[in-house]
Amino acid sequence: MNLAQFFQRHGSEILQATLEHVWLVGASMLLAIAIGVPLGIVVTRRPWLSKPILGGANIAETIPSLALFGFLLPVPWLGDRAGRLAVVALTLYALLPIIRNTVAGITGVDPAVRDAARGMGMTPRQILFRVELPLSLSTLLAGIRVATVLTIGIATIAAAVGAGGLGEFIFRGLAMVNDQLILAGAIPAALLALGADFLLSVLEKRLRPVH
Amino acid sequence: MTAEQSAAPIIEFRNASYALPNGRPLLQNLNLEVQSGETLVLLGRSGAGKTTAMRLINRMLEPSAGDVLVEGRSTTEWDAIALRRHVGYVIQETGLFPHYTVEENVAVVPRLLEWPQDRITARVRELLALVGLDAAEYSKRYPHELSGGQRQRVGVARALAADPPILLMDEPFGALDPLTRSELHREFQSLEQRLAKTIVIVTHDIREALFLGSRIALMEGGKLSGVYSPSEFLRSSEPIAAEYVAGLQALETFKERK
Repeated sequence: MNLAQFFQRHGSEILQATLEHVWLVGASMLLAIAIGVPLGIVVTRRPWLSKPILGGANIAETIPSLALFGFLLPVPWLGDRAGRLAVVALTLYALLPIIRNTVAGITGVDPAVRDAARGMGMTPRQILFRVELPLSLSTLLAGIRVATVLTIGIATIAAAVGAGGLGEFIFRGLAMVNDQLILAGAIPAALLALGADFLLSVLEKRLRPVH
Repeated sequence: MTAEQSAAPIIEFRNASYALPNGRPLLQNLNLEVQSGETLVLLGRSGAGKTTAMRLINRMLEPSAGDVLVEGRSTTEWDAIALRRHVGYVIQETGLFPHYTVEENVAVVPRLLEWPQDRITARVRELLALVGLDAAEYSKRYPHELSGGQRQRVGVARALAADPPILLMDEPFGALDPLTRSELHREFQSLEQRLAKTIVIVTHDIREALFLGSRIALMEGGKLSGVYSPSEFLRSSEPIAAEYVAGLQALETFKERK
């Protein structure tokens, strides 16, 4: 049986796993954005928080992914459901690029522009929402793109704790020494990553501020 | 004392000083009154304290000692946001919002003041005409699609949008080439007369000071070294003023020799 036939026969299973994968990544990314962007903004406002916040995210990033899933397994509420655990672990991984790029985007705004905004009588909140965030959107999106591609890859490990996704095929293939099974997980995951990278980079270019 | 001078000044520095948090003084004991309707030029070299003095007026900075009064009220008593919306502010061309069109840039303060949309639209058109930009051609453009001179015009229009009684200009024509600068000087001079606003201009350019100012406050090393009318300035024997004038005369001598 060649690969094409394999994909045909297991098409619905692969589709199912791909959807699970997309769900895991999507939920993690939404959470990571919802947490990471405000944390990034806080860092730009209170520079002394930069070390603990960026340092914390950095540490999460350095833990090997399989180990992180393992660490989280015994945590009471988290360990109850594999999906929940996987989303939390993936969110931790996605945080660093998002926080870092939020900070880079905001601190990269031309000081003269910020000065003008203040001088026109904008409140700090207006400066943030009308000037700083719009002008850092493309940098922020670059961070989201990196985080998304990273998360799509790491999400395959989530199968190790039973959270499903394309990693199921890879782990099964490894156990059974079956290359086709491995590829049934690896190829869709790679395509997902490439597709997400392409779409987000198009969006990023659109939002790039012109000077 | 003439009648004009005895009227309450619109801006007043009372022994105002400003020091950095590390204690380094940028401005020391400034006493200066700006009368309503005049154009005062703060002239001096880099680090003379002129920008610091200007930023005390719209409370971008607060004096570390002494007081700065705007319309008779200390800037620290003003609500900083309200004060800044009440005072027009022009900085070098880079201060335009790159993600806003010309129209949106000019409309910033009226939007902050929540004017109705039709009033904003009418005001933007009026201002673009005032600074010599064709609204039909330029209102939808972004700052990066304009020349330096055009950007500066937009900057002036933006500062005038809510019709503030006071206009602060920090090196407004500094980034322009000499020809565009002279062109804008001439236009601005006629604008000055039509607007009858109190204007404070920061510059290191003696020609700009003589051309646009009704009075020149010469600053040096964080201190005010003298206040002159343009003709007094040209005749002054005070060393720093004389140095500036000597610079001008050097150019004249050079021209004659050619």
